[in-house]
Amino acid sequence: MSRLSYREGMRQALREALAADPRVFIMGEDVGRYGGTYAVTKGLLEEFGPERVRDTPLSELAFVGAGVGAALGGVLPIVEVMTVNFSLLALDQIVNNAALYRHMSGGQFSVPMVIRMATGAGRQVAAQHSHSFENWYASIPGIRVLAPGTVQDARDMLAPALACGDPVVIFEHANLYNMESEVPEARSADIRSAAVLREGSAVSLIAYGGTVPKALQAAEQLAAEGVQAEMIDLRVLRPLDMATVLASVRKCRRAVVVDETWRTGSLAAEVVARIAEEAFYDLDAPPARVCTEEVPIPYARHLEEAALPQPEKIVAAVRAVLGAEA
Amino acid sequence: MSKIEPPPAGPVPFERELSLKLLGDMLRIRRLEEKAAQLYGEGKIRGFLHLYIGEEAVATGALHALDGEDNVVATYREHGHALVRGVPMQSIMAEMYGKREGCSRGRGGSMHLFDARTRLFGGNAIVGGGLPLAVGLALADALQRRQRVTACFFGEGAMAEGAFHESLNLAALWKLPVLFCCENNLYAMGTAIERSESQTDLCTKAAAYGVPTASVDGQDVVAVHEATRDAQREVRAGRGPFFVEYRTYRFRAHSMFDPELYRDKREIEAWKARGPLHTFSARLKAEGKLTEEEFLDLDRKVGAEVDQAVAFAESGAWEPVEDLARDLYAEETPRGT
Repeated sequence: MSRLSYREGMRQALREALAADPRVFIMGEDVGRYGGTYAVTKGLLEEFGPERVRDTPLSELAFVGAGVGAALGGVLPIVEVMTVNFSLLALDQIVNNAALYRHMSGGQFSVPMVIRMATGAGRQVAAQHSHSFENWYASIPGIRVLAPGTVQDARDMLAPALACGDPVVIFEHANLYNMESEVPEARSADIRSAAVLREGSAVSLIAYGGTVPKALQAAEQLAAEGVQAEMIDLRVLRPLDMATVLASVRKCRRAVVVDETWRTGSLAAEVVARIAEEAFYDLDAPPARVCTEEVPIPYARHLEEAALPQPEKIVAAVRAVLGAEA
Repeated sequence: MSKIEPPPAGPVPFERELSLKLLGDMLRIRRLEEKAAQLYGEGKIRGFLHLYIGEEAVATGALHALDGEDNVVATYREHGHALVRGVPMQSIMAEMYGKREGCSRGRGGSMHLFDARTRLFGGNAIVGGGLPLAVGLALADALQRRQRVTACFFGEGAMAEGAFHESLNLAALWKLPVLFCCENNLYAMGTAIERSESQTDLCTKAAAYGVPTASVDGQDVVAVHEATRDAQREVRAGRGPFFVEYRTYRFRAHSMFDPELYRDKREIEAWKARGPLHTFSARLKAEGKLTEEEFLDLDRKVGAEVDQAVAFAESGAWEPVEDLARDLYAEETPRGT
C-alpha cells in the first residue's frame, strides 16, 4: 500500500504511460512549462521533453481535433482539455470525428486516444467554470466515458483507457485532486464495471466522480443511525454497467442516485429510468435522485453549496425512500 | 457577377501519359457524377448528393501531385477525390447505394467515403471539420519521423470557421506537413464569397499565419498540378504547411435540393466556357497529343466503367440489420449496456 493523492495518482499514470510506450504523448493548454492547471502534469515536461509533453495554444477545437487526427495517424494522444467548460469549444471534433470515425468508415479507422478534463463545481469559480456535462458525453455512442471517483481509479484507469483502442473521455472532478488515500500497489485494468465501495442492504446509493466522497460520507452518517446503505460507484459512465446497479437494487429494493449534473436529462435520470424499466417489481419505493439545482452555479459560497448535491441532501433523500421522517 | 478569367489555354508541359491520365480522371469524375445525378432522380441514391462537376481539375491535378503514402482529408463533395486517389468506382457507387460492398460499408453514403488503403480519411461533412484532423495526421507523421504530406481539402466557406484559423495557426506554429487545399468555388452553399468574407483575398488570410501561399486557376489542370507539385515539395522538405487556393466553380447546384436562386445563369454559362475538361482536351488536340477518336474511345471506356460500377452496386447486398451496431468500439460491448 502507498498513500497518494488523486492528483499524484493521475500523474503517476501519465508518467507510466509515457514511459511504457513511445507513441504516447500529452498535449493541452499549459501542460508543460506551467505544469498543468491542476498540477497534474507537473514534472513531465522535464522528464519527457517538449515533443511528448506539448503546450498548445488556446485552441480547443484544433488541438482536440489534432488529437483525433494523430490517433488516426498511429500515435496515442492524451489530450488534456483544461476543464469540461472549455471542451464545449471542441465538442464538434469529439462528437463528429472521434466518436463517429470507426463506425462511419465501416470499421476501417479507429481513434485510440484519451481526452482528460477537469469537471464540476464547488470551488466558488462561478457558473462558466463549474459545469458538469458527463451526461452529455455519456449519451454518445462510439466513445467511452470514465469518471474516476477514487484515488485508485485516478491512477489505474488511464492505462486500460489507452489500450482499449477507442476514444475515451476521462472526467476528473476538480475537488478530488487533493483527496488522499491508501492504494494497493497492484493495478486494476477494469474500465467496464461499476464498483461496490460499501456493502449494505437498506438502500442502493449510486454515485460517480465528485459525488462519490459525498455519498460515502452520507453512507457513514446513515450507518451511525443504523441504516446500511450499499454504495455503488458507477466509474464507467459509458457503457453503463447496469448489471452491478440492478443486482444491488434488487437486493436493497430502494435506490438513490446522486449526480452533479442538472437534474433534467441527467445521468441519474438515465440510471433511474433503467431501474424502472428493469427492476420495477423489485422496488419497495420510487427511486430518488439528488442532482444539482437547475440554476447556473452561483459564486457566493452559501448559494453554491445550496445548488449542489451535499451529504445532508443525500441523507434526507435516503430517509425519504425508506419512508422515515426527513 | 465578378470578373471571369479567360479559359485556360497554352501548351501542356506534361508527358502524353500524364496528360491522358489527368484527362481520363477528370472524365471519370464527370461521368460518375452524371450517372449519380440520374440515379438520384431514380431514387437509387438518397440523402445528400453534392456534385463536383466543374471542379474536376482540382482533385485530379492536385492528387496526381501526391505520393501514394500521403494522407488525404476531403469534404462532403469528395467523389472525385476518392476516385482519383484510387478508390474503385464500384466501391464508391455501392456506398452511394448504401450497400455493404460500399467503401464505408453503407454507413457513410456520398458524403463519407473512407478508404484505409489509399489513406483517404473521409469525407467530412462538417464544414471545417477536417482541418484539425489533418493537423493531427501531420503531427503523427512528424512524431514518427515520416516524410508524408497530409493534403486537406476544404471550400472557401470553411475559411469563415474558427477551425480554419485554429488549424492554420497550429500547423504553422508546429511546422507540420499539411498542404491546405482551398477549393474556392465562390459559394458557401448559397452565400457568395463577398457576402461571407471580410477579406476575399484568401491567400492574405492564410499568410497572416506565416503560411506560404499560392493561388491558381482551378479550371486549369496544368496549373493545378504544377502548383500542387511545387507546394507539396516544400511541405515534404519539412518547411511547414502550405496553402493553395484553387479558383474554381461548381456547375451544378450545391446539392440535389438547391433551386439556385442565389446566382445568375449567365455567370454559370460564363464559367462553363472555362470548363476543365473541354479546355484541356482542346489543348491536347491542338498539340497533337489527342485525337477526337482517342477521346471518344476514352469516353467509351469510362462509360463502361460507370456501367460496371452501377451493376456492382445494384447486385450488392444490404448489411443485415443484426449488424447495425457493429464497428462502434474496438471490442464490441454486449448489447443493451
